[in-house]
Amino acid sequence: MTQVNRLKGGLINHAKPLNFSFDGKSYVGCAGDTLASALLANNVRLMGRSFKYHRPRGPLTAGSEEPNAIVELRTGARQEPNTRATTAELFDGLVANSQNRWPSLAFDAMAINDRFSNFLTAGFYYKTFMWPAAFWEKVYEPIIRKAAGLGSLSMQDDPDAYDKGFLHCDLLIIGAGPTGLAAALTAGRAGANVILADEDYAIGGRLNAETFTLDDAPAPLWIASVLAELNSLPNVRTMSRTTVIGAFDHGVYGAVERVSDHLSTPAPDKPRQVFWRIYTKRSLLCAGAIERPIAFENNDRPGIMLASAIRSYANRWAATPARQIAIFTNNDDGHRTAADLIAKGVKVSAVIDPRTDAPISTNVEVLAGAQVIDTIGRLGVKQLTVQLADGSTRHVHCEALGVSGGWNPNVHISSHHRGRPEWDAQIAAFTPGKDGPQGLSVAGAATGIFSTAGALKSGMKSAVSALKDLDISAKPIKLPKAEDAPVNIKAFWHVNSGKGRAWLDQQNDVTVKDVKLAHQENFRSVEHLKRYTTLGMATDQGKTSNMGGLAIMAELAGKTIPEVGTTIFRPPYTPVSMGALGGRAVGKNFHPFRNSPSHKWATEQGAVFVEVGNWLRAQWFPKQGETHWRQSVDREVIATRKSVGICDVTTLGKIDVQGADAATFLNKVYCNGFAKLAVGKTRYGLMLREDGIVMDDGTAARLAEDHFVVTTTTANAVSVYRHMEFCRQCLWPDLDVQLISTTESWAQFAVAGPNARKLLQKIVDPKFDISNEAFPFMGCGAITVCGGLRSRLFRISFSGELAFEIAVPTRYGDALMRRMMEAGEEFDVVPYGTEALGVMRIEKGHAAGNELNGTCTALNLGMGRMVSKKKDSIGSTLSERTGLNEPDAWVQVGLKPVDPKNAVVAGSHLMNKTGEVSAKTDQGYITSAAYSPILQSSIGLGFLKDGGNRKGEIIRAVNPLKNQEVLLEVVSMHFYDPEGELLRA
Amino acid sequence: MIINHPILGPRDAAEFTYLGDASLLNRPDWQAADAADQFYEYLYLRDNPAGEHRELWYHEQGDRSWLVVTRNTLTHEISSVELASDVARAQGNKK
Repeated sequence: MTQVNRLKGGLINHAKPLNFSFDGKSYVGCAGDTLASALLANNVRLMGRSFKYHRPRGPLTAGSEEPNAIVELRTGARQEPNTRATTAELFDGLVANSQNRWPSLAFDAMAINDRFSNFLTAGFYYKTFMWPAAFWEKVYEPIIRKAAGLGSLSMQDDPDAYDKGFLHCDLLIIGAGPTGLAAALTAGRAGANVILADEDYAIGGRLNAETFTLDDAPAPLWIASVLAELNSLPNVRTMSRTTVIGAFDHGVYGAVERVSDHLSTPAPDKPRQVFWRIYTKRSLLCAGAIERPIAFENNDRPGIMLASAIRSYANRWAATPARQIAIFTNNDDGHRTAADLIAKGVKVSAVIDPRTDAPISTNVEVLAGAQVIDTIGRLGVKQLTVQLADGSTRHVHCEALGVSGGWNPNVHISSHHRGRPEWDAQIAAFTPGKDGPQGLSVAGAATGIFSTAGALKSGMKSAVSALKDLDISAKPIKLPKAEDAPVNIKAFWHVNSGKGRAWLDQQNDVTVKDVKLAHQENFRSVEHLKRYTTLGMATDQGKTSNMGGLAIMAELAGKTIPEVGTTIFRPPYTPVSMGALGGRAVGKNFHPFRNSPSHKWATEQGAVFVEVGNWLRAQWFPKQGETHWRQSVDREVIATRKSVGICDVTTLGKIDVQGADAATFLNKVYCNGFAKLAVGKTRYGLMLREDGIVMDDGTAARLAEDHFVVTTTTANAVSVYRHMEFCRQCLWPDLDVQLISTTESWAQFAVAGPNARKLLQKIVDPKFDISNEAFPFMGCGAITVCGGLRSRLFRISFSGELAFEIAVPTRYGDALMRRMMEAGEEFDVVPYGTEALGVMRIEKGHAAGNELNGTCTALNLGMGRMVSKKKDSIGSTLSERTGLNEPDAWVQVGLKPVDPKNAVVAGSHLMNKTGEVSAKTDQGYITSAAYSPILQSSIGLGFLKDGGNRKGEIIRAVNPLKNQEVLLEVVSMHFYDPEGELLRA
Repeated sequence: MIINHPILGPRDAAEFTYLGDASLLNRPDWQAADAADQFYEYLYLRDNPAGEHRELWYHEQGDRSWLVVTRNTLTHEISSVELASDVARAQGNKK
């Protein structure tokens, strides 16, 4: 028999053994065990090392508030650090390992920190690592990072899926103990839409850990009958293994459902966890209470636990941490643990109770008026030193100690909207304040009602009153007869004795001394105390420890606890895995991809794609034998300029503008004039922000008197549309104009090059004349192609060639691309990607995203005169500000290396040919650069101070990052066909 | 947060994008003598109240309405939601 500490009974399945290992050693547990309960059953109390001092630690609790027993679960890609052994469900084959120790849990070299604890007290970070400043990054931080931190990551991709889901309900009940169950039954019977969520895998809360009877039957029978009824109600959804992690605005709650954490691998098609967003009309917090410890010297040894946790292990999990246990309690509830243990056959050495009027028992020795002043046992408690009422000391032997300092209502979620808990002297604890999240009420032990009968009644009444707000009338239900013990407690926070350390926050290694030091150094407000000592700042948020720290600070400051106040909690209630927060948005699904209509065709051609926002655009189309991207791009540029090339430009934003006032509207949103644009004509438009900076550019084609199609850059398609809607609805609501984005409705291709017209004449239906006379430069119109397919044709050119853009409904985009490539065969047509597009627009001197970078004005672009002064348009007034119109303002220029062997590098700064190189002498910078296969030289565009008047000047491009300096000549930005003859041909 | 859209009913705030102070509706007259100063104030000077704040939200993942939402910046309580076009018209924005 290996499970030497296994008891009889409990809610585990003794007939179903499960094999597992901890730190390489094999053990056997039972179905229904947690890792912690199974280890305790196997007489393992040492489960971890503390964060700072590497003190040996065992579990303090039996729940999610656990500060100590934090382990690594599983191996390989599913390895999961920092998991509470107290909530990890045991499954067959579970591999668990301890953390934060080397070389082993029993012998940890870093425990040397414990000897140096005098140097590692509160605030040691702030005092120790102050200087020299240069040491921080190189020396201190790496050492601290190595020494700190707990578990390790597998560094492999998580193989499991995580989901997100949305739920709606009238009433969300958080916690399924007696309070939550009574509330759910009341609301469920009333027909309300109810969600009952509990973090545990067993519904029932504290009832599962007690020996109580309800209506004279064991509590599990009552739980089962309530659950059966709830499950039969279609309006009630009961969610176990579901932690409500936070209250958010307007009744929205976050919850994590651990669908498959209790299995070695998730069932096929099941996620590991689901992150639920729950929209509620009302919510009820029934989160119970959490027992708190008492601080005394060496109170952190493995085996020293909360008394209620020992009771839970014994009653629910049929496991005891040891065969001989002592109890240290300041309230009657601790005595209950002693009684339950004795009933289970565990020997109780003594009950030590500092109250002189402690209840007397016939079964166990009660040391009234006594205190535990020290303990011994390095890897597990072995003996207590007890100071008796008469001042004498006595040694008490035990292998575990149950400590009870009273119960704290679990106010966590009630303070998520900064609600301040209020002090209740009767139970010596904080209860939820009145300013909690709107729509949330609190019931049961979470409000300080600790008896079972009180909890049931409180749950029922709270459900009735919450539903009343929603005009749902709920009738009181008949509640079972249950225990109704009063709370008898005398506040007792810490033992005042020797010089040793008494732990408050075991996860962050904060001691009573640290609080005293904080007080001495004047960090006395609770918020300062918290941050200076790190009390309550670990992953457990100090659920078991904050109260003790506050009480000691109050004592030192000579104030009452409510005067000192309390810190509050924030979401998440317990740590949430990144996987659950990410959901399905991982890897290639991290953000959505948009494919252009010719994507499939381009893939067939072996195109290389580039991400442009969410779009994937063909960057270039490598041909066999081409080994460098430049070969492909140069070829595409030359072939287009020589004959004809095709580029998918669907990704550019398209906005349909219709209405009697469409022209007036565009006149207001573009800085240049649109009122007089003739039907059948297209015009370049420059859009400013209200501050006078360029927002975007594009073209507007007038298809009819009251109908324009506007294009935007790919990057700004969304924001320009948003801006235009703002203008339409907020500034000029009475204009007769409607907008709709048609970016995805039309597939659009640029067909550019001297043979562009000839190619298109084979596509466009013959009744449409697209000759230069009938369809001149900047013409536009609705046509049909390929025998009747509706289409739009725009004679616009970004490349500087004779060019058209042709649009067809999106579903015909792929077919049109194939048809045009076929038709273009006789002209040696090439498809070209965004790189060739970029080269050609730089050759032509067209501004693009690199120039429209949110800092430049129309003047900077050399388009200052486009801003009409005769009308009101967005940005026109502020574009006239003096600062934006200095005589030597930066102006876009073309740049060419003096020595053609040199390259123009984008991002380089421009300096005068001679003189200092500094920010002060800065003359501008290079925005775009490319190799022009036409000019057989590197070329660039840039902003240059007074650029309009410096043509022919030799300047320097400096790149201090690479120590480069290149002489450049300032030239016209229109490198290619400066007179624009080609595009008008 | 949940915004009670005047046409579509309660919608999650994730469907909206936020612009800022609803004073952006008060675009000055470009022909005013002190237009430059007025535009400067319109564009750059904002109140940042701890409490009730009228602000512009855009239902981008929905019907593309611009809304004027009155929200308490301390509690996130939303006390009124109006169509921005109605507000704009009521204050005299026309063409």
